[in-house]
Amino acid sequence: MLHGERGEAARFAMELLTAFSRAVGAEALLDISQAHIDGCLYHGQASLDFVERLVAGGGRVRVPTTLNVGAIDLIHPELIRLSPDEQAPGRRLMRAHEELGCQPSFTCAPYQTRFRPRFGEQIAWGESNAIVFANSVIGARTNRYGDFIDLCCAITGRAPAWGLHLDEPRLGRVVFHLTGFQDSLEPTDSLYVAVGLLIGSQSGDRVPVIEGLPPPRSEDQLKALGAAAASSGAVALFHAVGITPEASTLEDALGGRAPDTTIALPPGDVARALRDLSTVPDGTPVTAVCLGTPHFSRGEWDRLLPLLAALAPGRGIPIYVNTGRATLEALEQNGLLADASRFDLRIVTDTCTYLTPILERLDGTVMTNSGKWAHYAPGNLGVQVAFGELEDCIASAAAGRVVRRKA
Amino acid sequence: MTTSATAHAAGEADAPALVLSAPLSFWGGIDVQTGRIIDHSHPDLGTVISGRILVMSGGRGSSSSSAVFAESIRRGTGPAGVILGTPDPILTVGALVAEALYGVRCPVVVCEIDNFVTGERIRVRAGHAGEAAVTRVAAAT
Repeated sequence: MLHGERGEAARFAMELLTAFSRAVGAEALLDISQAHIDGCLYHGQASLDFVERLVAGGGRVRVPTTLNVGAIDLIHPELIRLSPDEQAPGRRLMRAHEELGCQPSFTCAPYQTRFRPRFGEQIAWGESNAIVFANSVIGARTNRYGDFIDLCCAITGRAPAWGLHLDEPRLGRVVFHLTGFQDSLEPTDSLYVAVGLLIGSQSGDRVPVIEGLPPPRSEDQLKALGAAAASSGAVALFHAVGITPEASTLEDALGGRAPDTTIALPPGDVARALRDLSTVPDGTPVTAVCLGTPHFSRGEWDRLLPLLAALAPGRGIPIYVNTGRATLEALEQNGLLADASRFDLRIVTDTCTYLTPILERLDGTVMTNSGKWAHYAPGNLGVQVAFGELEDCIASAAAGRVVRRKA
Repeated sequence: MTTSATAHAAGEADAPALVLSAPLSFWGGIDVQTGRIIDHSHPDLGTVISGRILVMSGGRGSSSSSAVFAESIRRGTGPAGVILGTPDPILTVGALVAEALYGVRCPVVVCEIDNFVTGERIRVRAGHAGEAAVTRVAAAT
């Protein structure tokens, strides 16, 4: 491939992949079965110059390849508060990826689509929350591939044989032990977000193992944990003893070795991590609610819809929900969104509310149930944030200010 | 004093050090128009990284940092070079792409970072074959 027998784009991608492999110390390349590309979100001219070079070189992906979110909601373009000129490069970037043969999935939760990989599959994924979910919850194998190199893997069908593609680097090195909680520790969404933030900020480049986590109510709680851990740190794989597939026991998760270190996670740390996510006190007026970072799954919708009916928001405070276009299509086919406008629901696909100008107001406080949204939005958008449970977010939208069922 | 290091992206730089007290995610952490740190949870919020040799223990956060890093190099708002305590493939690939597309090099090297001090002048030489040298040229003033 390096000599151009598969075309100029494949040559360029292989040259970059080879340099990258050298930089990470990989001695060989391995075959991958699929890729997920984080590079269709426009970060500036460099994003577009790279992909245009591959398009011009006749590039085509060699494995099934999904796309992460872009800068534009192609299904609801009226939501994007950018002029056509400002939208043009972001639109072109998304389209250029399709020209390379990528699937127009435009979701950060590809693991909750028909492209979900299986246990043990070698894949090359971008997008930090997708990476940590694939490795941890499914047991597929990927490193943290960033923009550019994920596409080089897709174009070549290869990835460097290093890191989390191999057995030994997947073993846990640092143990986090939930300690001091009541025996009946309730599996609230917030608990998983807090644990994610705490392991993210304290793991460094070591694989964390969590002991004492209650069984989750759904995989969406592990999705929130991973997304938080990959926001406060660089976690690409975590093990939760008795929960995730490579950690049926603590010994399995550690490969029989002693951990480098064991860190206690007491209730006070969990409470502080959650408190630090909110930049305003309870009672503060809210201007919007943002849900679905990562993209809302069908299971999350099935929780949200009855809440909307019960709590009846719809007094001018928009509730933005980011979700994949395939999830939206299924909801619409089942007629489940008939009441959406009554509740001021704004459904966003193909992108995310913390990435691109969508929110009507940036001068107030936005409530979210996402640790990842709460972590990034103050820097990206300049908004104030209140973090809370899904139920509290909807209750706050109905009340017009931050309210919580319990302190 | 010269320390040997591992080159992850080749290049040369000679600039004042900026030692960060926590790892920085370029995506969500840097304004590419100004080179300023905008991550509200980062202890060095508000500091400008442009033209400095960024010293930090490792990478952090979003896998989009490659593109933001490459874009900052294209715009000239990025660091002059990066010294990491542990390898970060995401920053490495951003530097490799910037060189491939624009011919601009920003060396990324890995070595022991404990002794660097903000403001001291550092020279980084990183080759394609993996070898690199980091020299402390002058103390901070």
